[in-house]
Amino acid sequence: MSILIYAEHDNAQLKAETHKLVTAASEIGGEVHVLVAGAGCAAVASQASAISGVSKVIVADNSVYAHQLAENIAELVLSLAGGYTHILAAATTTGKNFMPRVAALLDVVQLSDVIGIESADTFIRPIYAGNAIATVQSSDKVKVLTVRATSFDAAPEGNSAAVEAIDSVFENTQVTFEGDEMVKSDRPELTAANIIISGGRGMQDGEHFAMLERIADKLGAAVGASRAAVDAGFVPNDMQVGQTGKIVAPELYIAVGISGAIQHLAGMKDSKVIVAINKDPEAPIFQVADYGLEADLFAALPELESALG
Amino acid sequence: MKILVPVKRVIDYNVKVRIKTDQTDVDLTNTKMAMNPFCEIAVEEAVRLKEKGVATEIVAVSIGPKACQEQIRNAMALGADRGIHVECDGFPESLQVAKILAKLVEQEQPGLVLVGKQSIDSDNNQTAQMLSALAKIPQGTFASAVDVEGDKVKVTREIDGGLQTLKLTLPAVISTELRLNEPRYAKLPDIMKAKRKPLAVMTTEELGVDIAPRVNTLKVTPPPSRSAGVKVESVAELVAKLRDEAKVIS
Repeated sequence: MSILIYAEHDNAQLKAETHKLVTAASEIGGEVHVLVAGAGCAAVASQASAISGVSKVIVADNSVYAHQLAENIAELVLSLAGGYTHILAAATTTGKNFMPRVAALLDVVQLSDVIGIESADTFIRPIYAGNAIATVQSSDKVKVLTVRATSFDAAPEGNSAAVEAIDSVFENTQVTFEGDEMVKSDRPELTAANIIISGGRGMQDGEHFAMLERIADKLGAAVGASRAAVDAGFVPNDMQVGQTGKIVAPELYIAVGISGAIQHLAGMKDSKVIVAINKDPEAPIFQVADYGLEADLFAALPELESALG
Repeated sequence: MKILVPVKRVIDYNVKVRIKTDQTDVDLTNTKMAMNPFCEIAVEEAVRLKEKGVATEIVAVSIGPKACQEQIRNAMALGADRGIHVECDGFPESLQVAKILAKLVEQEQPGLVLVGKQSIDSDNNQTAQMLSALAKIPQGTFASAVDVEGDKVKVTREIDGGLQTLKLTLPAVISTELRLNEPRYAKLPDIMKAKRKPLAVMTTEELGVDIAPRVNTLKVTPPPSRSAGVKVESVAELVAKLRDEAKVIS
């Protein structure tokens, strides 16, 4: 068996999702290759070659891949697909964007959001917003999977796999990149953070999120939000943790003023330790919290900030 | 411009999911069904484009058992002009749905296909992308803003880390994110009017798409449950527990 992993990166830095996908690939078994597609992404390729268990890194460095547009990436992956039994991408907005195209063009199904590997053809994935877990088997010749990285540990580094450059250029002229607005923050990214502190509707407005940010800075944490807080316009969507936002599994998750709708729980219930701060004793979040503090968050947060020194 | 909007019949999002005791599937007997929420957003966007004079006709499509006609009528009550029901037993997989829609794109020649980004049952998030690849028209997924400008459409996409804007040449496929719009409710007179709008029925055989399943579901189980821990009395106790017991902060 041979497995192709699509590297998650921003042209400068390889993301931890890739390390986690290498672990998923090692559970399937077989030779593991990593494809780095981007522009000016040589550093990413060498970071990928350092992951233990990777036997080859293929790098397609061209301006057409700068923004990883689905049309171009799918054709690139398709051109390499012949040599592989499995093709994996992280279940991020990048992976979700191009991977179904690869599956459709190969005329195979895609299994989305895989959280467990049973065997080379049998996988575990959540359905119904995580309210049911399905074990599914694919008979297709190539298994195309998007993998939920938080379900796997990161593979260690300490390798120097061969890096092979390819010069295939696929450019679809029906789509052009116009621009982006990326959120700039000195805090860790939600999906990579060891600690996350999230606010919900109980925060009352966006300005109060500054209280969470100050605590986050003391803990080296990322700041998240529930869908209710995003829909109320307190904070941007990028901060949303939940079934329709980001799926996270940090060491510590602190939910502040979050009731614990199933939608939110689906995005964070795999966290190692969950803390809930809520003034409503009946809030469902307490049902999943390891430590629950029934308190008014406007009193508890300043106290927590000073207790952390 | 014509807009094609696929709508899926799914479990109502307020209903708690039950799993069959033999663990073969989710139990949907006597369960309230509704239009997939992301499809509702797609219908709403199509209606708004028609209200703005950008779209001239909205065609709602649903694929599945006869009961799917309820969701087509619902889309019509919200503003779709006519419906197509592709009748089959059960609900085909995403790839098959994309193949069926690709055939309909060929027949109907829409300027835009507005698709919900995922259905809340299978949670696949695949159909729009697969349709785009098969129909060879560009895609704008996870859209939070859609602006048609002549023969192009500008799509703002919600991606990890922020927003990305793409310009697609029409015809194109767009998949809807939650924040694209807030769908309206159907008014009673419109619900009555929808009953008289044209609804064509066809089969997957007529469209030449094989819908034999390619994925074998071995079992469906409830998620591992997480039990409640302890209540702490104060912030000081919480911090002490996190430091000394859980050892997750220093």
